[in-house]
Formats: sequence, structure tokens, C-alpha cells
Amino acid sequence: MNPILEVSGITRRYGDRIGCADISFDLYPGEVMGIVGESGSGKSTLLNCLAGELIPDAGRILFDSRAEGVCDLLDLSEMQRRVLSRIELAFVHQNPRDGLRMGVSAGGNVGERLMGVGQRHYGNIREQALSWLERVEIPADRIDDRPSQFSGGMQQRLQIARNLVTSPRLVFMDEPTGGLDVSVQARLLDLLRGLVREMGLSAIVVTHDLAVVRLLADRILVMKSGQVVESGLTDQVLDDPHHPYTQLLVASVLQA
Amino acid sequence: MTACLEMNAVTKAFTLHNQGGVTISVMSNANLRVGPGECVALVGPSGAGKSTVMRMAYGNYLADDGEIWVGDVCLNRASPREILMLRRQTLGYVSQFLRVVPRVATTDVVAEPLLALGVEPRQAHARATELLRMLNIPERLWPLSPMTFSGGEQQRVNIARGFIHAYPVLLLDEPTASLDAENRAVVLSLIEQARDRGAAILGIFHDEAARQQVCTGEIDVSEFL
Ligand SMILES: Nc1ncnc2c1ncn2[C@@H]1O[C@H](COP(=O)(O)OP(=O)(O)OP(=O)(O)O)[C@@H](O)[C@H]1O
Ligand SMILES: Nc1ncnc2c1ncn2[C@@H]1O[C@H](COP(=O)(O)OP(=O)(O)OP(=O)(O)O)[C@@H](O)[C@H]1O
Ligand SMILES: [Mg+2]
Ligand SMILES: [Mg+2]
Repeated sequence: MNPILEVSGITRRYGDRIGCADISFDLYPGEVMGIVGESGSGKSTLLNCLAGELIPDAGRILFDSRAEGVCDLLDLSEMQRRVLSRIELAFVHQNPRDGLRMGVSAGGNVGERLMGVGQRHYGNIREQALSWLERVEIPADRIDDRPSQFSGGMQQRLQIARNLVTSPRLVFMDEPTGGLDVSVQARLLDLLRGLVREMGLSAIVVTHDLAVVRLLADRILVMKSGQVVESGLTDQVLDDPHHPYTQLLVASVLQA
Repeated sequence: MTACLEMNAVTKAFTLHNQGGVTISVMSNANLRVGPGECVALVGPSGAGKSTVMRMAYGNYLADDGEIWVGDVCLNRASPREILMLRRQTLGYVSQFLRVVPRVATTDVVAEPLLALGVEPRQAHARATELLRMLNIPERLWPLSPMTFSGGEQQRVNIARGFIHAYPVLLLDEPTASLDAENRAVVLSLIEQARDRGAAILGIFHDEAARQQVCTGEIDVSEFL
């Protein structure tokens, strides 16, 4: 099996400050990778570079695209890149406001993505939107409400529906359960786990919550000051951490 | 399918960087081999490293040196992906404590290993309920999450999960520890059946009589030092 993503030497500075430095890894189809580390360690910088939201200063990101075969995401034209991000990639933001259109109905938020990939039949689009709202446990009678009328947890679930409706191959998530209370987090995690398995998605999930990575990720990268200090199978890194920083991180939580 | 579990010249130490950099050397020369149809007990005093051996065999702890083989996979060199595949297909582990995803029903917790192998949901659930019944988990508990169950109930859920697939290699950490006589007998017969179908089993049993009944050999972990 070939990796879906081959990342090498990704570096991004902000002036003199290092965002992330020389990050390399491979991700395989169906794999979920977590990125953990303290605040300011470079997790979002790395994720944004991978997802095309930030341009790295150096490095290569080879993506095995369904349509084009293997291509370097950093070499694509703006246009090619947009097509790819519409069809094969998805980004779930920490703040649903960044990933939803707040002035458009829930159904519209999901349907818009289907139109973006060329679907035109109104009845079909509405039917798929409904089925996705149901999957993310949003009652059908809320389909015409705007996201601003939803709770934080519902907004996050709507964002997930909007991102997954087009069956992407690779999903980036930045703190998908951040800012939600614990019971809502658990439900959302459950949902994500189910979807990842059912759809065979590959995913990269940034979180500072070790319990979340334990549940969601097959393997993890531990970041500190823009660098990867340790990586491996999730339960191995959390139960037998080798780097002083990982040991500190694991020892700082009650139980993950 | 059958497979062997083997450890050759394995060393393991823990360095506690945040506690003055103290290094605890747990073993400097661990060797063992468990073949198909064998059930080997790890014995030795508390702290000797029995659970550590078990966890290394599962890929949960890293060996510092030496080799650990499960079938034709060398754990020290395998990628996370290869280890996860090995755990799905070949390597089962009944840990001492159940660790589950919140909100997931007991039947789903037990059926999960089969679902992950692509077995039909209906068939996986039928097998799950069969095991739960065998292990005397009351039917009214099946739709509930095991998070609030008693220690002995959680342990039996864990055992059901560990025996639902015919893993060629099985690791058992105190599988009978908090069980009454009746359930203990059920678990021991599950172990015997697994052994007789050709599983290679490595276990920790504090219960001497259980060891007598199911084990074909014994290894004293304090000799690994
Ligand atoms: N736009 C920016 N301009 C200047 N510095 C930035 C910018 N964005 C991030 N940084 C700096 O880069 C470093 C990494 O930031 P990043 O946002 O990647 O961290 P993070 O690991 O995602 O943290 P958190 O967990 O708090 O979200 C930090 O030192 C941060 O201050
Ligand atoms: N993750 C870890 N980090 C640091 N030290 C550890 C870790 N796991 C085990 N140890 C140490 O390794 C040694 C062996 O522990 P282990 O749990 O393997 O013993 P055991 O033989 O299973 O004991 P028991 O019979 O009490 O369960 C102990 O000194 C323990 O403190
Ligand atoms: Mg961030
Ligand atoms: Mg032990």
C-alpha cells in the first residue's frame, strides 16, 4: 500500500520565530494521526501548512490524489489546489464559525458542498443533506435553521457533516472537540470514530487533549517548540514515553 | 492459523527524566518462546516485570534491545500500522482493567474486534451475546456502557472481548483475579479451549490452582534480570 501523504522537511517561520521546523512523516490510507503538544508548540502551524492554509518556507507534501495520482500540494496552481480541496481534502476548524457559513441554513451548508462538486438536482441534494444531518444527530426539522441558532456542539457536528458529505480521502481537524463540555465531547468523538471507520478516512487531528488522541488516533507526533520530539503508536507513546517532554506531558494529566 | 511468540535477549529499563533522571533496569536478558497449543505462565515477585513482559509483547512498551517476534512480525521494527494490523488479526490481549470509549454499549464493546475484521454485524453481535451469556453478564446490562459495571463484571466484559476472535497469540494479565468460583471456571475453560485449538498463550495468574489447571509451563521473570 502506498502512503496517501508523504511529508518531508516542512518548515515555517514567523519572522525570527519558528512555527514548525523540518517535520517529516508518512500517512497511510485509513490511518488517523494525532498531533499533541503544549500551547505554542506549532501544531496548528503544521496542520495549516499541510491543509494549504499557510505556505511553508520549505518542504514537500506529496498527496496521492484520486484524480491526479501523486502530486506535490505545494506545486499546484491555485486553481488545481481549490479543486482538490473541494473534492479530496477537508478541514474541520476548531471554531465552527471558521468552517461554516453562518448566514446560510444548515441544509444549505451541507448542500453547498455537493453543488461545489457539480451536483445540480435540488431534490437529491436536499435528500443527502438530510441524511447527513441525521448521521450527525441534528433533527431533520432544523434543516432550515441557520447555524447561529445552534448550540456549539451542534455547530461542530454540522461542520463535520459539511466536510464529509463529499467523501474526502483526507481530513484535517484542529481541536475538533475544543470548547465543548465533556459530555458533548464524548458524543462527538464517538461520531468521529464511527465515521472514520465507516468511510475509511485518513485524518490528522491536532489536540492538546491526551484522552482524545487515545480514543481517536492510531499514532501520534509529540511537538515541542516547533519540533517533533517523539512519535509512534499512540498507546505506546502515552504508556511508555521516552522523551523528557512527553513524560512531563503524560504525568501532567490525571489519567488518559 | 497458528503462530509463535518469541523474545530473544530483550532488555528494558525506564528512565524517569522528571524524577532526577533515575534509571530503573527491569530486565537485561529476557528470553522466552511460546508455541501453538502452549500456555506459559509468567511468575515472580511483585515488581519483577511480569506486566512489562506482557506489554512489550503487545507493542505497548518498547524493548530497548533484543527482538520480540509474534508470528513473522518483529515488533521492534514494525511500524504502528503493522502493529495495529497484528493486534487486529493475530495478537489478543486481555488487560487487567477494561478501558472503553464512553457511551458504547457492552455488546458493541465485545463485538468490536470482529467488526474491525470485517465480520457481518449480525454475526459479530450473535457471538458477543453468546460470550456474555456464557460469562453470566445479566442480559439487562448488555445495552449499557460497561463504565459503571462492578470490577468483576468489567473483567468478564474484557474477557469476552479478548476471546471473541480466535487469536493465534493471546496475552492474559490476571484473567481470573476478581471472579467468583463459577465465573472463574468458565474463564479457565475458555483458556483451555483456546489452547487446544492451537493458540500460543502467555499469562499472569496469581491463582496457583488456575495455573495448575491450564498452563503447560512456567517462566520466572526474576531470572531475566
Ligand atoms: N501569525 C503568526 N505570527 C507570528 N507568530 C505566530 C503566528 N501564528 C503562530 N505564531 C507563533 O508560532 C508558534 C506556534 O504557534 P501555533 O499556533 O502553531 O501553536 P499551537 O501548537 O497550535 O498552539 P495552541 O495549542 O495554543 O493552539 C507560537 O510561538 C506562535 O506564537
Ligand atoms: N511505564 C512505566 N514507567 C516507569 N516504570 C515502570 C513502568 N511500567 C513498569 N515500571 C516499573 O517496572 C518494574 C516492573 O513492573 P511490572 O508492572 O512489570 O511488575 P509486575 O511483575 O507485573 O508486578 P505485579 O505483580 O505487582 O503486577 C517496576 O519497578 C515498575 O515500577
Ligand atoms: Mg493551535
Ligand atoms: Mg503486573
